[in-house]
Amino acid sequence: MTSGTKVSPEDTGTANPTQPQSSTQRDSFIELNGRERAIALFDQNSWRELLGPFDRIESPWLMPQNVTPEADDGCIIIKGKIDGASTVVISMESAFQGGSLGEVSGAKICAALDLACRDNENGIKTSAVLLLETGGVRLTEANLGLAAVAEIISSLLSLRKQAPIVCLSAGTVGCFGGMSLVAALSSYMVMTVEGRLGLNGPEVIEQEHGVEEFDSSDRALIWAIDGGEQRYATGLADVLVKDDVGEIRAAVKALLKKGVPSTNRSEQVELYRNRIAALNTATQWDPADLRKTWNRENSK
Amino acid sequence: METLEFKFSAKSKVKGRAHVGVVGSGDLEVLLEPVEAKEARVRIRTSVLGFSEQWKAVLDRFFMNYDGAASIEINDAGATPGVVSLRLAQAVEASEQ
Repeated sequence: MTSGTKVSPEDTGTANPTQPQSSTQRDSFIELNGRERAIALFDQNSWRELLGPFDRIESPWLMPQNVTPEADDGCIIIKGKIDGASTVVISMESAFQGGSLGEVSGAKICAALDLACRDNENGIKTSAVLLLETGGVRLTEANLGLAAVAEIISSLLSLRKQAPIVCLSAGTVGCFGGMSLVAALSSYMVMTVEGRLGLNGPEVIEQEHGVEEFDSSDRALIWAIDGGEQRYATGLADVLVKDDVGEIRAAVKALLKKGVPSTNRSEQVELYRNRIAALNTATQWDPADLRKTWNRENSK
Repeated sequence: METLEFKFSAKSKVKGRAHVGVVGSGDLEVLLEPVEAKEARVRIRTSVLGFSEQWKAVLDRFFMNYDGAASIEINDAGATPGVVSLRLAQAVEASEQ
């Protein structure tokens, strides 16, 4: 299993390795596939994959619709140790059907969270990390995918009382649709500048309300609204990291160590209700103004 | 969808199983596993119809240099012959580690 080529300072002739790294020197997380991303978070040789490709638990719904299935249904479940503590990492493979959630991948996520719950009940503290590179429910398995979102949320709400659940949107697919609900209900949300988080994806908004409402080809606009920087600045993400394996690993470790938060973001109903009520929708807001009003400093 | 199956004679024992690639646009995944029989079986599932001759040509060439007794499953999302050859070579390399 390769995990990207690490460029050592000697190779690049960098005199001072503490200097800020350029993107070519960084150990990119985004360039890893779903499985490599999950493995990159674990203590070395501490992990094993559950229901991996050779178990061939694949979607039965794709072949009849002329779509090639993947042997792991695009959902990678790996159990192991992070900083010595028992953790399950759930990683969506963004290259397979846009990281979409089907019946099988949904059931895998649900079962993984339920097993973590059971471990906690039996006194084995087990946290969860979700790498959500996903467009949400798989359209070819629509109703089953929606049901899976409900089941995942129910499992997640049980687990988050017992152990922290960290979600990450590293990019470049981002986290949209039903899976953005999962992210919003997690204990902590980590994003990169390249990551995106939103309920309706840009293309869906354009399709439903026209290009005047949202131009899904305007990348600057999309990232200004859904991007990691904006989500962090408005207090909807807890940590903003660079696309760097070491930095992401450190952020995840720090949040797992913090444990269960005293109040989850989704429990701050009053705060968010008041925020929306106070917005004057008669004028067009732009992302910069919104950032000033919904400042992360007043998000607690 | 099209499912294609091929058989090749094989002699050498394969060390371990290997999984490489992803069923993403223009790519494919390969699941390679050792088998007891003195043959290699290849099963391809592809969403692109009508390319069985090209698949056979790519595999004929691959088995000119490979004689591992293996079951090879390919889930294809429209990979070009070049990508197929590289993924097969990668799977062999991974199976030998």
